[in-house]
Amino acid sequence: MAELRITINGASYKALDGMTILDVCRREGIHIPTLCNHPDLQTRGICRICVVDVKGSKTLQAACSTPVEAGMVISTTTDRVRKSRKTIVELLLANHYTDCTVCPKNLNCELQSLANEFGLTDLRWKERRERTIPQDDSSPVFIRDNNKCVLCQRCVRACDEMQGVYAVANLFKGDSMIVGSAFNKPIGEVVCINCGQCVAHCPTGALSEKYCIEDIWKAIDDPKKVVVVQTAPAIRAALGEEFGYPAGTRVTGKMASALRTMGFDYVFDTQFAADLTIMEEGYELLGRLRSALTGGEAPALPMTTSCSPGWIKFQEHFFPELLPNVSTCKSPQQMFGAVVKSFWAGKMGIDPENIVCVSVMPCTAKKFESIRPEMARNGRPDVDYVLTTRELAVMIKQAGIDLHDMKNSTFDNPLGESTGAATIFAASGGVMEAALRTAYEVVTGREVPFKNLDISPVRGMDGVREASIKINGAQKDWSFLEGVELKVLVAHGTANAKKVMNAVREGTMAAHFIEIMTCPGGCLGGGGQPLPGTPEIRLARAKAIYEEDADSPLRKSHENPSVKKLYEDFLGAPNSHLAHELLHTHYTARGQY
Amino acid sequence: MLRETLLRKLDHLIEFHGKARESVLPVLQDLQATYGYLGEETINEVARTFGISQTEVFSVASFYHFLNTKEKGKYVIRICRTISCELRDKANILRALESELGIRMGETTHDKKYSLDYANCMGMCDRGPSMMVNDDLYADLTPSKAVDIVLSYR
Repeated sequence: MAELRITINGASYKALDGMTILDVCRREGIHIPTLCNHPDLQTRGICRICVVDVKGSKTLQAACSTPVEAGMVISTTTDRVRKSRKTIVELLLANHYTDCTVCPKNLNCELQSLANEFGLTDLRWKERRERTIPQDDSSPVFIRDNNKCVLCQRCVRACDEMQGVYAVANLFKGDSMIVGSAFNKPIGEVVCINCGQCVAHCPTGALSEKYCIEDIWKAIDDPKKVVVVQTAPAIRAALGEEFGYPAGTRVTGKMASALRTMGFDYVFDTQFAADLTIMEEGYELLGRLRSALTGGEAPALPMTTSCSPGWIKFQEHFFPELLPNVSTCKSPQQMFGAVVKSFWAGKMGIDPENIVCVSVMPCTAKKFESIRPEMARNGRPDVDYVLTTRELAVMIKQAGIDLHDMKNSTFDNPLGESTGAATIFAASGGVMEAALRTAYEVVTGREVPFKNLDISPVRGMDGVREASIKINGAQKDWSFLEGVELKVLVAHGTANAKKVMNAVREGTMAAHFIEIMTCPGGCLGGGGQPLPGTPEIRLARAKAIYEEDADSPLRKSHENPSVKKLYEDFLGAPNSHLAHELLHTHYTARGQY
Repeated sequence: MLRETLLRKLDHLIEFHGKARESVLPVLQDLQATYGYLGEETINEVARTFGISQTEVFSVASFYHFLNTKEKGKYVIRICRTISCELRDKANILRALESELGIRMGETTHDKKYSLDYANCMGMCDRGPSMMVNDDLYADLTPSKAVDIVLSYR
């Protein structure tokens, strides 16, 4: 790319051909307000809040979508720029149903911040926008309030570009334009995977997850109920952001104390169930490989992971014929619930009817997963309530707790014990890495041949990553794997998953095992995580996750003492009859049209 | 409408226009010419044929005033809504037609004969107010002229 020079506010800057004015300003720390722009999404230049003066142009230009040209003279602070930007905010507000004090995005709303940034003290268009459009609460996990929508299309782009679902689009035109789904049907009636990336990318309160906060306080306050909480690996690397900690701060111990202070009876860890998942899923993979390589019944290969409920629903809609490829393992959240209400209830002598299992997830799709009919036993759901990371932060604040004041504590045992292999479930590639650490060692009796157990080829943020690991020195039981090059693939974002699964459908996929995570960067970039979520923030969270793994005394799921004990005392062996009954599931072919 | 007929028609259209994403619009136009509107079944089958989401197809169809996503009358009357026709008394043309047909803007008569719709500029700004009845264009309208024209469509 050719280098060129431009002038911004009188100073000369280097730029590369192909950069936009906004790119250069961001690099140089020159503030330009943005709204429809998001680093995860393609530029559309819709909202115009980023306008700047370009010498020689009759009209102001949108910095986000105007490429730099050699010798360009740009001004970002002129009277015309200031007035135009302010007018744009005023016009957006004129058409925005404003109930900030009771809005779920209060103090976390980009439109509110813009109003603040421009110091608006009065509305030029006095007539208040009323709530003229009914809210759409047909989704099991989120609410759309189009009265607050500013038509920035961030949700539309997230759903199309990142997830390949296209559940929402602009409908109609001009002053009738709204964001909605086919035939203007409620979102609950069209193909939606509940991933919440629309919610996570919405700059206003037009999209928000369905809260279950009050139900949980009620359970905590009910003396008859034993309220058990589990937290997903991704929470500990992100919750701090809600309390002003920099992204990537690990708050595991403080979070455990906060949960206990709030009144949860037992503070457990989804990571226990993540280790359990590796045992079940690892043995399931080895079983499929055994069938394939010893000429038994031809199993569905490549096997894909099943932890990410958005991906599961995506597969059910878009690739129903490939459902046999999906591991039958329930996700860690659901395995945890199943173990709590069977093994743990029995051990503690508690009637499972009185156990309320709450999970804290970085995810909105987990809310839907928990209400799937197949995720219940004897009509009793494995998991009763699912909170997002954001909801947990609200509850902590409601309880008058500041996370900063909390001392570090640990999870309760036995369902709070876990390994570093479970921690990395939060990052794209983590389930694969955890599975390989265990499967390789089960087969060969030796650790995976990577320095410090870090399987770096499967780490990172590229949308699709491939790796292979050659099995040398397989033990007697696994001799069929001797010399086999195990090929694995990792993808995140269901738009990437779609490409991968198309290759599987066409029979051009060489991998044996595929990890798919619905959200960018894996669960740490989930639809229920603190806002904003950007590539930098996700990298910081990933760094924290891998540090937590590196610091863990145990880093292989099969070494988790409590998991070993669970097999000894209760389940028998991985993939046993009882394990199948409690920890495995089936899927529903849904189709697309 | 028979699904088989629709699918056969779609096959022909794909053969002619191709299956790339940019062919969605001409395919929709041709389907509208055949069926008068683009109903749920039609949009679903177009989405399936192109391998894209129904929402995307509906978004395209609902954007254009000349594509209907709801069943319309045999004759669709489109009145220009833009500023030059507005200044030349479009409102009275609309009032006359509404009272003659007994329907409001956006509605269809019970006998499914006439629908009233807006259209954006028809390029007849010097001779407004203007309207279209299906593909026929009329300009220099007065209220009584508009009614006579519409009633000549039987």
